[in-house]
Amino acid sequence: MFEPKIIAFYCKWCTSAGADLAGTSRLQYAPNIVGIRVMCSSRVDPEHILNAFKEGADGVLIGGCHPGDCHYKSGNYVTLRRITLLKTMMEDLGISADRLRLDWISAAEGKRFAEVVTEFTEQIREKGPLKKESLKEEAV
Amino acid sequence: MKKIGVFLCHCGINISATVDIEKAMEALKDYPGVAHIEDYKYMCSDPGQQLIKKKIKDLGLDGVVVCACSPTLHENTFRLTVKAAGMNEYKMEMANIREQCSWVHKDKTVATEKAIKIIKSVIEKARLDEALDPIEVDITRKAMVIGAGVAGIQTALNIANSGYEVILVEREPSIGGKMAQLSETFPTLDCSQCILTPKMVEVSNHPKIKLMTYSEVVDVSGFVGNFKVKVKRKATGLDWDVCNGCGLCTEKCPKKLPSEFDQGLGERKAIYRPFPQAVPNRVVIDFENCTYMQSGKCGICQKVCPVKAIDFDKEDKFVEEEVGAIICATGFETYSVKDIPEFGGGKLPDVVDGLTFERILSASGPTGGEVRRPSDGKVPKDIVFLECVCSRDPEHYLPYCSKVCCMYTVKHAMLYKHRVHDGQPYVFYMDMRTGGKGYEEFYQRAAEEDKVVFIRGKVSKLYQDDDKIVVCGVDTLSNETIEIRADMVVLATAIVPSKGIRELTKLLKIQIDQHGFLSEAHPKLRPVESLTAGVYLAGCAQSPRDIPDTVSQASGAASMVCTLFANEKLKHEPIIVGVNEDICSGCGICTVVCPYDARKTNLEKKLVEVNEVLCEGCGACAAACPSGAAQQNNYTDNQINAMIKAILGKGG
Repeated sequence: MFEPKIIAFYCKWCTSAGADLAGTSRLQYAPNIVGIRVMCSSRVDPEHILNAFKEGADGVLIGGCHPGDCHYKSGNYVTLRRITLLKTMMEDLGISADRLRLDWISAAEGKRFAEVVTEFTEQIREKGPLKKESLKEEAV
Repeated sequence: MKKIGVFLCHCGINISATVDIEKAMEALKDYPGVAHIEDYKYMCSDPGQQLIKKKIKDLGLDGVVVCACSPTLHENTFRLTVKAAGMNEYKMEMANIREQCSWVHKDKTVATEKAIKIIKSVIEKARLDEALDPIEVDITRKAMVIGAGVAGIQTALNIANSGYEVILVEREPSIGGKMAQLSETFPTLDCSQCILTPKMVEVSNHPKIKLMTYSEVVDVSGFVGNFKVKVKRKATGLDWDVCNGCGLCTEKCPKKLPSEFDQGLGERKAIYRPFPQAVPNRVVIDFENCTYMQSGKCGICQKVCPVKAIDFDKEDKFVEEEVGAIICATGFETYSVKDIPEFGGGKLPDVVDGLTFERILSASGPTGGEVRRPSDGKVPKDIVFLECVCSRDPEHYLPYCSKVCCMYTVKHAMLYKHRVHDGQPYVFYMDMRTGGKGYEEFYQRAAEEDKVVFIRGKVSKLYQDDDKIVVCGVDTLSNETIEIRADMVVLATAIVPSKGIRELTKLLKIQIDQHGFLSEAHPKLRPVESLTAGVYLAGCAQSPRDIPDTVSQASGAASMVCTLFANEKLKHEPIIVGVNEDICSGCGICTVVCPYDARKTNLEKKLVEVNEVLCEGCGACAAACPSGAAQQNNYTDNQINAMIKAILGKGG
């Protein structure tokens, strides 16, 4: 069975704390995701995401605080705009936009964290590895 | 190249049961940059920390990766460890292989592989970490306490008695909170008023406490030591500086309304003081129900006021306060009987909740302390108390235990019996939870001396039949169904967070749990702190608790505030985003995304300048900068890209 490689970026305050709660609640989820903890989802540069695809990721997940809940007031709105824009560009680059997922997961949503991770992993597994599609490396 | 020490913690067996430590060490020992690798059963313990310190000194390590639990738990612990060994604390990184690995996967091979990936990525980050120095900032030694129930009152008094100024903000016209409504308190049965009102008076007379009742927090900005809080002072319809609280207006006001303080059983006027012992002793006009405000006719209060305080001014006022710490003590509500259809949905007048029964029992309540049922004022001879109403019921209502209901129901039954000697109280309970000093003895006394009948079981429904309420339940010890024709029923409804807490947590940038209670930084080790530095928690806003626990926690929160204020300067995290002046073109794109106005374009120099104190280190600007001139300290593009590579097996 194809095991996708997925990179996740979690903000420290909400999604990473939600992932910790999934841990303390001993919820099981797909192991394909490895997370990078940043202070805010707005630290994630579209270049980091494209770079992840270039280096072999089959999917990228961004986790931030719910709208209105951002620890830095408006960081997640910046993220939302960037990701929306990036998704339109991704298609042009030959990467299917649904390989990138942005989700709001709060510190209280351990269960939701586990669900999102598992669901996204299955979705990427179904899509298959990224190399089959026409990633234009020079464009990255 | 940097010499990095990698230290793997077994966490007892929390990590090592799922992550093969030996295998991980084998896979990591030759990873570029790793100068030393070692494991230990409890890395956070003293021997564990000593081991790290020794290796830093012996091997001259200039980077440390601790592979253990979530950094939320022990990042600070290990920062102090490496600092003690002479290493810069910002060169210590934690790889979270417990919460985000060993606890969420069962397969050892899979978990080990993932742990190795996580650790490799963190080694990459550590390799590029630079030594940073915390930024020193000044501190405003003044605290704001939000919510003036017993939790807020205690916190405010403790802080004020330590010599610091406190602003106590309360949404209602008077301080006192829910405790002011209670009759007598378990297990000592001293009356709530007798123990609370002296504290309320102390608050109002304290030179260091500024009271802001009938006020709400509407905006919060800044950070620990330097918060700016905007408070809305709701219009009262009169000048409180002039009003002397004589109460003549409330006597003469013709408009009668149900009293919130008496849970709707008693009456108040459209101009009112919530209860006679209110602090401050002032009245407010209920604009929505005031005849003058609605029709322009009446104005009796204005005519009778001897000091001419009434001006019908409807304008809310806003004030801005600068404080160094904020304590959130916003209390609780009880689950509304209206939302419980199987128990009458609030339509049966003689089915009341616990707080309403407190008012019935209270000497200052609408019945003067005589137990009389709301429908016809008759003294109930058979009274049924139901515990765990909506609590501990994950299928229909709430999964958690509301903690205080067992004890207050025992108290209710006991106080009822003390007032109605020939009456019979019945209590339906799931489990009797009497953990607390003197609590079990109190419960035994109710059963033995006051002959309260305790029935272990649940009630499925109740309905009105003539002037009786038929309670249908089951005794789960004898497996018999039980039907009691009662005169009155008291529901110990669940404790839920107070209204508006969601909006407040958004302003304070603190987290709530799945039930809406405030989240603490750590349930055991940091129970009175939120994850946001400088914001503390006290009382039922965090979770249901009784008065002794609330008061202890309130004092705990106050002590944390005093600890904070004892610092000469505060240390601001240096993971800020600077400017590489050689690259920056002064385009100003970064200034647009900054939520704190920490970045300003200097048009003359064609550069962006950063206010290090204002920068909170979110990194939004670093991602926006088109040239790479804005780099976040220890979260640089190079670091993030190296972490990505390592996770995807291309690191090193």
